Amino acid sequence: MVVNASQPVLEMRGIDKRFPGVNALSKAALRLFPGEVHALMGQNGAGKSTLIKVLTGVETPDAGEIRLGNELVHPECVGHAQQLGISTVYQEINLCPNLSVAENIYIGRFPMRHGMVDWKRMQQDAVAALKALNVDVDVSLPLGHYPVAIQQMVAIARALSTDARILVLDEPTSSLDEDEVARLFDTLRGLKARGIAILFVTHFLDQTYAFSDRITVLRNGEFVGEYLAADLPRMALIEKMVGRAIEESAFARPAEDNNAEHAAQDTGAPLFSAQGLGKRGAVQPLDLEFRAGRVLGLGGLLGSGRTETARLLFGIDRADAGSVDCGGAKRQFRSPADAIRAGIGFCPEDRKTEGIVAELSIRENIVLALQARRGIFRYIPKRKQREIADRLIAQLGVRTPDAEKPIGQLSGGNQQKALLARWLATEPKMLILDEPTRGIDVAAKLEIMDMVKAQCRKGLAILFISSEMAEVLRVSDRIAVLRDRRKVGEIDGAGAQERDVFRLIAGAEQ
Amino acid sequence: MKAETMPQPARFALPAPLQGLTRRRLFWPCATLALLLIINGAFNPNFFSITVKNGHLYGALIDILNRAAPLMLVAVGMTPVIATRGIDISVGAVVAICGAVAASLIGGTLIIQNGTPVYVSQTPMVLALLIALGAGLLCGLWNGALVAGAGMQPIVATLILMVAGRGVAQLITEGQIITVYYEPFFIIGNGFLFGLPVSLYIVAAVALLMLLLVHRTALGLFIEAVGINPVAARFAGLNARRILIMVYAFCGLCAAIAGLIVASNVKSADGNNAGLLMELDAILAVTLGGTSLAGGRFSLAGSLIGALIIQSLTYAIYSLGVPPEINMVVKSVVVLTVCLMQSDSFRATLLQHLRREPR
Repeated sequence: MVVNASQPVLEMRGIDKRFPGVNALSKAALRLFPGEVHALMGQNGAGKSTLIKVLTGVETPDAGEIRLGNELVHPECVGHAQQLGISTVYQEINLCPNLSVAENIYIGRFPMRHGMVDWKRMQQDAVAALKALNVDVDVSLPLGHYPVAIQQMVAIARALSTDARILVLDEPTSSLDEDEVARLFDTLRGLKARGIAILFVTHFLDQTYAFSDRITVLRNGEFVGEYLAADLPRMALIEKMVGRAIEESAFARPAEDNNAEHAAQDTGAPLFSAQGLGKRGAVQPLDLEFRAGRVLGLGGLLGSGRTETARLLFGIDRADAGSVDCGGAKRQFRSPADAIRAGIGFCPEDRKTEGIVAELSIRENIVLALQARRGIFRYIPKRKQREIADRLIAQLGVRTPDAEKPIGQLSGGNQQKALLARWLATEPKMLILDEPTRGIDVAAKLEIMDMVKAQCRKGLAILFISSEMAEVLRVSDRIAVLRDRRKVGEIDGAGAQERDVFRLIAGAEQ
Repeated sequence: MKAETMPQPARFALPAPLQGLTRRRLFWPCATLALLLIINGAFNPNFFSITVKNGHLYGALIDILNRAAPLMLVAVGMTPVIATRGIDISVGAVVAICGAVAASLIGGTLIIQNGTPVYVSQTPMVLALLIALGAGLLCGLWNGALVAGAGMQPIVATLILMVAGRGVAQLITEGQIITVYYEPFFIIGNGFLFGLPVSLYIVAAVALLMLLLVHRTALGLFIEAVGINPVAARFAGLNARRILIMVYAFCGLCAAIAGLIVASNVKSADGNNAGLLMELDAILAVTLGGTSLAGGRFSLAGSLIGALIIQSLTYAIYSLGVPPEINMVVKSVVVLTVCLMQSDSFRATLLQHLRREPR
């Protein structure tokens, strides 16, 4: 195996990085060998992103050394790192959707001829670069014309076009569906064969095991260990990330959930119900019932209409058919404000662009929805705001030195908890959670799922959307299944198996 | 190169207590203003002296404050607009419109009362002022409707009124300069109350009202949320449109008040030149005050200081005898320097170079 090539292409040792109030990295280490896929694992806040930023020159380390081959290097900026042969594809694709595919690949280093951009050569080079990744698209069309998966490939093509020896992929698969992930990994295997070292940050355990040769685990900014993937069982990996033994029960479905105490809630009138709710082009009219203390899971593949359904329920898009029955009163939500007034909260799929207000403090983000419902003049005094924020921060375990920190500086998992706090502050009757655990590490995932369960037991109705079927099966009391923007069935969550859901998705009649 | 690259508080940096000060938001605007005043004082020994004449306070400082009043008002109105990631380049035209409305309604007719000639207003002055303010509000609502309702880009939406507004103002004045003869109208721009110019009380009242709204209601939070992330703000239940319309309406109203002061000050309305290029000074004042054009966090106090910086600079240029041909260039160089000094990354680079040189 190439892994045993004696000479690492990259070695980082004793890396320290302090931010005000936090030791982001202390004595962190990482080795990469040519032609390997190396997974960098750790919980949110373990220092994965910081380590990558140090490697790619975004952050300067306070101490430690980085060696490329035998040479000591100090990457000063992204451009410098690229010259050294270190290229990065970031979690959020940072390309320009309105520029052409070819322009995106060569942006900043357009091939020149007689002082002018050599467009013809650029097109040819772009086609060749993408062909190497088995992607065949019209490179003159704007990038935004293509789905996220293709955009991801373009980002990789760009990273490779600088003659990279090391390719860093930060959460490359979080917005891809299974086929696309498979295709991405095919591509990566090709790169591996070319001797490129691939460093790969992900939260998906399956993918880690399917594709990586070795794993480096970080915890609290410290190096925990470097393992051959084949030698490290999953549970052992999780324990190393979390730093303690995991109780099996955290993964299992608590049995007491379906006891008689809740039986009454299943027969009475639902808290909310969607009746023939639909919108042309978004989702066909469908019925859904939400009961207090119950989780309704929404199953279906990417693009099956899950998010569209949530947007209709929350009044983001206006339904052109049907209504939402709120305890007897039929309502048509015209805006999120209407839905919030009816007692609904919504954690959107895309935390960064639709959830958080990055530069505002955690406190302000938490009280925002409550204050919005009260209006401009019924102001919550600062002291009271702080009380609300501090209480929810403690209750949900948001990890932050204080509530005045901008929310954008928190890790993904903590941002998600703060968004949950925003809705809990409004004391809602129902919460819609769209991919609440996307881009969040295993331990935070468990914490968030526990929180969801705990709130549910207090009588909250929950609509749970996730592309991880196992997660849906684990938390849902009932599962509504969507296919091609149409509800195709509903099954009882207790004892449901993945194949039951897939049978519905595949089209077998219930 | 040393391996250790700690954040270095080296010899050119300020002592520790002052470092905390420089991180305060209003530090750089205040420092700039202080520096300009000191320069003014150095070249003009009487600059800081304030004397009492006829029960009014007189002096260069009072003069600067008084002359900056319209700009301060427009800057206060512009600040929330910029905080929502917008801009309003029609304020200069709105100043002209409202001045023209007030002047044409008041005018002044000469009548003989008890044997003495007296000028009377054509329309009751209070009514005329209210109509002028209403016109400004209407202009602001129009901008707000285009931005929030029609979804136009703010710079384009307000460009329409910037161009059309001058036309409207000239229609009202029928292309002439309307002179006002009615004495009470002059109080707004030239009068004194308890020794201070009346215009300052107006600025103080508007600024205080806005500060109260921003800090004692949720308006500030809502404006910042909409400015930073309009989608997230909407998903949290805010009515972003209503907030946008409100800030543009307020901006129009502020411009209208400024228009009254300007018209009262020069005792006339000139549709062509009143408030000319004021939008640019206002945007500059907001920027100098530390509010980013990218929206989000804003500082009303900063904008007020920004307006004073611009006025002090103008004063300095005149009192230092800078030839009029180059005073625009001087002004822009100073502004450029101030903006650069406010940029954290520029200061860091500069410090690095300073540190490197002596070695």
